[in-house]
Amino acid sequence: MEMYEAIILTIITAATPLLLAACGELVAERAGVLNLGVEGMMIMGAVAAFAVAFSTGSPYLGIAAGIAAGAAASLPFAFLTISMVTNQVATGLALTILGLGLSGMIGDAYIGQPGVKLTPISIEGLSDLPYVGKILFSQDVIVYASVLLLLIVWFFLFKTRAGLSLRAVGDSHSSAHALGVSVRKVRYLAVIFGGACAGLAGAYLSLVYTPQWTEGMTAGRGWIAVVLVVFATWMPGRLLAGAYLFGAVLILQLHAQAAGVNIPSQFLSSLPYLATIIVLVLISRNRTLVKKNSPACLGKPFVPDV
Amino acid sequence: MTDEQSHNATPLLQARGIVKRFGSLTANDYIDLSLFPGEIHALLGENGAGKSTFVKMLYGSLRPDEGMLSWKGAEVSIKNPAMARQFGIGMVFQHFSLFEALTVEENILLALPPQQAKNLRQRIKTVSTDYGLPLDPTATIADLSVGERQRVEIVRCLLQEPDLIIMDEPTSVLTPQEADELFLVLEKLASEHKSILYISHRLDEVKRLCHRATILRHGKLISECDPQQENAKTLAAMMVGSEVADVKRVPQDLHDAKKCLVVRALNLEPDLNTGTSLVDVSFDVAKGEILCIAGIAGNGQAELFSALSGETPVSDVGAIVFEGWPCGADGIAERRRRGAAFVPEERNGHGALASLKLSKNILLSWNNANDGTTRKGIIDRMALARLEGAITEAFDVRMAHPDVEAGALSGGNLQKFVMGREVKRRPKLLIVSQPTWGVDAGAASLIRQKLVDLSRAGTTIVVISQDLDEIFEIADQVAVISEGHMSDMYPIDEVTREQVGLLMGGMDLNGPPEVTAEAMAQSLMRDREAEDAV
Repeated sequence: MEMYEAIILTIITAATPLLLAACGELVAERAGVLNLGVEGMMIMGAVAAFAVAFSTGSPYLGIAAGIAAGAAASLPFAFLTISMVTNQVATGLALTILGLGLSGMIGDAYIGQPGVKLTPISIEGLSDLPYVGKILFSQDVIVYASVLLLLIVWFFLFKTRAGLSLRAVGDSHSSAHALGVSVRKVRYLAVIFGGACAGLAGAYLSLVYTPQWTEGMTAGRGWIAVVLVVFATWMPGRLLAGAYLFGAVLILQLHAQAAGVNIPSQFLSSLPYLATIIVLVLISRNRTLVKKNSPACLGKPFVPDV
Repeated sequence: MTDEQSHNATPLLQARGIVKRFGSLTANDYIDLSLFPGEIHALLGENGAGKSTFVKMLYGSLRPDEGMLSWKGAEVSIKNPAMARQFGIGMVFQHFSLFEALTVEENILLALPPQQAKNLRQRIKTVSTDYGLPLDPTATIADLSVGERQRVEIVRCLLQEPDLIIMDEPTSVLTPQEADELFLVLEKLASEHKSILYISHRLDEVKRLCHRATILRHGKLISECDPQQENAKTLAAMMVGSEVADVKRVPQDLHDAKKCLVVRALNLEPDLNTGTSLVDVSFDVAKGEILCIAGIAGNGQAELFSALSGETPVSDVGAIVFEGWPCGADGIAERRRRGAAFVPEERNGHGALASLKLSKNILLSWNNANDGTTRKGIIDRMALARLEGAITEAFDVRMAHPDVEAGALSGGNLQKFVMGREVKRRPKLLIVSQPTWGVDAGAASLIRQKLVDLSRAGTTIVVISQDLDEIFEIADQVAVISEGHMSDMYPIDEVTREQVGLLMGGMDLNGPPEVTAEAMAQSLMRDREAEDAV
């Protein structure tokens, strides 16, 4: 019983940062902007969250700082790719490298310092339910927020007019422009939202996952988030499944390694990646679905007529 | 509405001295135009005459460099399309401005102000049945044919309840029957005191439909005239600046000619759920013959082209036999290597790569080891430049400077280039889809003449087209594709336009002899009404 709860709780902890970062990237990509700087924005969020929480003692101020840092890190990317029409792939890579370097510099003073852990919030009554109570109703605020955020994103994209405009911009920016939608404004907002989400994901890493600062602590999670978006065929529901699948296999293989299963550990370590790719490739075999959901203008620069 | 009446009324829209320059090119050079309520006004001109530039300024997509616009008597500056729509100006675009990944309903919703979004699905249904433009609001655009997409554009525009509707070549993708229905719509709109600015290359329909016509040539206003006082030839002469040549076609006897392409029981499942399956398609074409395959868009033409070109190889190798070689399962490159050539319907992206120069586009489609474009695998730039020059000259491709990027050409000029590129290879077999879609009268006549000349030099040609004028100008034989089934082939001299039209509607000409064409037409109408009622 204890064991089962512990495993599920760690799976949720592993999946949450992926889900948050991927959720933001999904919105940016639906608007037609491929931001490969997720890793960089995420680690900026992590270092900012840690620093503020450490100085003030408040993890909630830390969360706010993480979100702000992620959004701020996305601004130069947005300016360069949207206003200056630079190449999105190259600019995104530059943002990742910048974020990793800058966070290392800022975080130098905080290495080895004790972190401030965000404490879980137990929902009175519900958290005492047998089996599921502790798992579902005794999480920290970011876990609740991640699922809620995904629901909001889904609702926004598919049930609101603004969301429809955003998808239209990603599908054909010239048609959207011809209809009078402000392509640049939509893309700026989408990229900044993506940055804020990546920053929140980073804050989760340095306040909950491992409440301390180590250089490069995102460890490639930003890249996994980018991959999840593509393999989830830009659909929020599948993103949830993909993030939790990745988290589950990651944790289970760790337990398998600890239990001394007679399989090379390198192979076990690669399992989360393999499993996610295989499952999502199988899902995305439906060509009609992919065609319907992939933003046709993804990564293409938009230059309006004079 | 007579001239006298219209001149007493305030113009709905008046443009004076409109100038638009792109770099050194003056696309619009002091254009004047006034439109009165209830008027259908034609805007005529060749590809690149500046018609699209002009209407884009009326719709707010472009800003004029000089000149003034007034709307209902007050001077206005139309800053963007949303503002144009607020005034009551709607537009049906030539190059579709639809979102492929979205549904019909979502596409329409995006163009409407939020307060009009209520009961949208019902209103789409109402407008589409009122005006005879059947649409499924839940269908995704990517799954729709070109003709269906145009319907979406038109319905979208009508739902905005505009006072002025700008239509950029609305009939170019419609069958004669569909076009007739559209004309009724337009006449109804005009009787409701709405104005229509109508861009078209089809002079007979301009003559039939329009009250006045403004003619542009090379960005200049040539004349404003009454189409009723002119005929198609004089209008064309004003557009082109000289007479448009008729296509010259010498009849040929092909009874004994060797069969070049034999298609037997070709079946193909569509790519997408809403495509059309090909069912037991069989036909054969003799060497030097032009077979035209008529049909309403979305009846399996895309699938047929895809199978004939090898873009979608079929499992039955013997279904397609090209000069004795069963090639059903072979890909497009192998068929090209053996001397077949293909011109798809979409020019940008499918027929040519917009971001590459014309010479590179030639290289990519020829891709044959000994065609002179490469030497030992290294690109022969000089030879390519000569080829590019020869093709653009022979097909009168107009461009700003030699060897531009394909995307810089206007639709008609790009089509001329793509046709020229394939014709220049002197293929044994040429398969063309919609050769003159959206192309002006002069260019269309040139393309058709080149096709006829090519066939008389021994090339076998299959043309998939929905333009009956074109079919009757160039075809030796005609067949019709309807819901994935192909009709028998008929020598072009032995059928009438009405009969082909009936076949396009899914009728059979070999019915009981006492059934007259008129009765067939009536039964066809009944069928349609029954469908609409469902």
